Amino acid sequence: MDLFKSDRLSCWTILCTMLCAFFAVISLPASAADTGYVFVSHERSHTVAVLDPSDDHKVVAEIPTSRRPRDMEFNSDQTLLYVACGDDDVIEVIDVASLEIVDSIKTGISPEVFTLSKDEKSLFVSEEESAIVRHIDIESGDTLAQVTTGPEPEGVLLNKDGSRLFVASEMADMVHVVDMDSLKVVQNIMVGTRPRRFEMTENESELWVSDELSGQVSIIDPETLQVKTRVEFLPPGFRASEVTPVGLDLSPDGKTMFVTLGRANHVAMVNVESKEIEAYVLVGSRPWGVAVSRDGERLYVANGLSDDVTLISVGDQKAVQSFATGRVPHTVVIDD
Amino acid sequence: MIKGGLVGTLLAGFLVSLAFAEQAPQRQVSIGYVQLEDDPRYLADNAYTGIEFRELGRPLPGARVGLKDAETIGQVTSTEFSLKPASADSVDELIDRVRSWHRNGNIHFIIADLPAEQLLELAAATRELPVLYFNVSASDDRLRGSQCQANIAHVYPSDSMLTDALMQYLVSQKWTKLLVLKGEEQADERLVRALDESARKFGAEFVAERSFTLGKNPRNREQNNIALLTGEARYDVVFVADTSGELGRYVPYQTQRPRPVVGTAGLSPLAWHWSWHRHGAPQLQHRFEELASPRRMNSASWAAWASVKAVVQAAMRAESHDFEAMRAFILGGELNLDGSKGSPSSFRAWDQQLRQPLLLATPNAVIARLPLRDFMHAREVLDTLGTDEPESECQL
Repeated sequence: MDLFKSDRLSCWTILCTMLCAFFAVISLPASAADTGYVFVSHERSHTVAVLDPSDDHKVVAEIPTSRRPRDMEFNSDQTLLYVACGDDDVIEVIDVASLEIVDSIKTGISPEVFTLSKDEKSLFVSEEESAIVRHIDIESGDTLAQVTTGPEPEGVLLNKDGSRLFVASEMADMVHVVDMDSLKVVQNIMVGTRPRRFEMTENESELWVSDELSGQVSIIDPETLQVKTRVEFLPPGFRASEVTPVGLDLSPDGKTMFVTLGRANHVAMVNVESKEIEAYVLVGSRPWGVAVSRDGERLYVANGLSDDVTLISVGDQKAVQSFATGRVPHTVVIDD
Repeated sequence: MIKGGLVGTLLAGFLVSLAFAEQAPQRQVSIGYVQLEDDPRYLADNAYTGIEFRELGRPLPGARVGLKDAETIGQVTSTEFSLKPASADSVDELIDRVRSWHRNGNIHFIIADLPAEQLLELAAATRELPVLYFNVSASDDRLRGSQCQANIAHVYPSDSMLTDALMQYLVSQKWTKLLVLKGEEQADERLVRALDESARKFGAEFVAERSFTLGKNPRNREQNNIALLTGEARYDVVFVADTSGELGRYVPYQTQRPRPVVGTAGLSPLAWHWSWHRHGAPQLQHRFEELASPRRMNSASWAAWASVKAVVQAAMRAESHDFEAMRAFILGGELNLDGSKGSPSSFRAWDQQLRQPLLLATPNAVIARLPLRDFMHAREVLDTLGTDEPESECQL
């Protein structure tokens, strides 16, 4: 290479490399970039698109990932974004400041949904093909434990003190409760048909689980581990069997739960206290992933079958705009 | 950077099984499975130089997948599920088998992979027993209509459901003028009569209905030459009713007009197709392939799997494990079955047919999932497919 023919250039290169390395070192661990960006994973274009809300939601980056990126989760200071790539059996790690993939963690076959441990040193991954939740050490990549679940596990949620892991098995119509000391399933809670995702309310008083083929959310009391009530959805003009709830997100004030209704193409806004459905907002085709901004004003919904993301004004209970983002958008998260 | 060797660390990792706070006494739920050894529908004679004209596989592996799926539920509900397959040379033998199952124990739910006649015979002969059959492979409408029996639940879709599904799609495409080509088998005639009803229901018409014969005899060329069979008519689409599969596969690309081919060839209505990829279908497909590779899941295998699932859900959710309670749960409208097709399934009260979404598939792609949005129903959109309550001739 020409570059190495000149000593001067060579020195310059070395200096550059050192400087880069120096800055790389001092920037780790980085503080939150607080970009405000919206991240959307796409199952079929194998990208995470990055939208900038301060610039008319322009796509500022399309990060190529391994195949079929689905669930995503930030670490607590939002410097790193973990992305489960189902067809390549890895969880990739995006550096939020540089928008580049900086690490990759091997999983079992077809990782779908996952969550970070409280110390953020390990991951709990539901593997839908093998009917297990795998506990993986991030640093070494070692499997620390496997918990057998019912067929097609999906949603995983760790409670605040990390003592219990909840896992939804789609095919067994059950929520498994795993005690994290003994790593044993201590309870199986029968819910509706095809349970998918979880959301915990404030103070951990209620665990909501979406029952996709029952058109409802089952609400579990985390103390007694019993289903205490259900919320059924039926937007105007739909028949019950067309309503397939999947995604859940809680408003920052803890008062409203947002529930995406899949085939029914709406998002429901539910009053957490009264369980009343306050609004149904029409979005794109088959909404699943949902995320609300920290100020509680903007709600983003991933429409898997219309290849777009809908922005909803929470205050107006109306869709404002939809953005084409990529093929089969799955999950939305916001760095704010 | 990819971290860690999974295989090595697997051994180091803990293997944690499901464990339960309480162990109630084990209950047994055995599911019977009956088939005929020489069922003509599966005869390998239908294959010419090893080329299969239609999918020959028996549905039994589907039932086995259902049983495997039930393992966790069995542990949680302290129930041991098992499958008892029986293959016989005659219906009489099957009648004896079902009677002995009854005398010796607890087999009340029986998956039946039988042609319509034999299924009716078995069901009639065992009418007095506490038994419910799941029909997983016979599509004849009369099983759900004039000759319906209270001890048969139909998981496999009826002919009219299949033709309604196809017709919804044709009408939505505005392909409403049909040229119908009909084979020599009774099943072909049945399919065409069901299609005729569907055409009336959704607003399409037969511009011509022509019978075909197999062979190359030039004296019969009007009946055996595809170009001649498809000439002299103005049509949007060709419907082929050829359950033998021998002629149908040659119809696409040989029609006189450049028109799509649907029915038993080309675009076909099905309960299941391996290329369906939503609603957890790939996972089901993979579990099937683990047991039955290199076969892929077909409609009858799906029906056998769904039958086991119905029994398992009843064992899990019905008030008790006695036959009447479980039967009432399955047929009484409480069943809410996830068939990996995106809408919950249940049995219609008027003819005990499983309502379910259907798929329109080419050999390697699902073109549409039915019912289509354009077709509405007062109560349940899935009931736009097949015989609805007011039209049903079934007296249970």
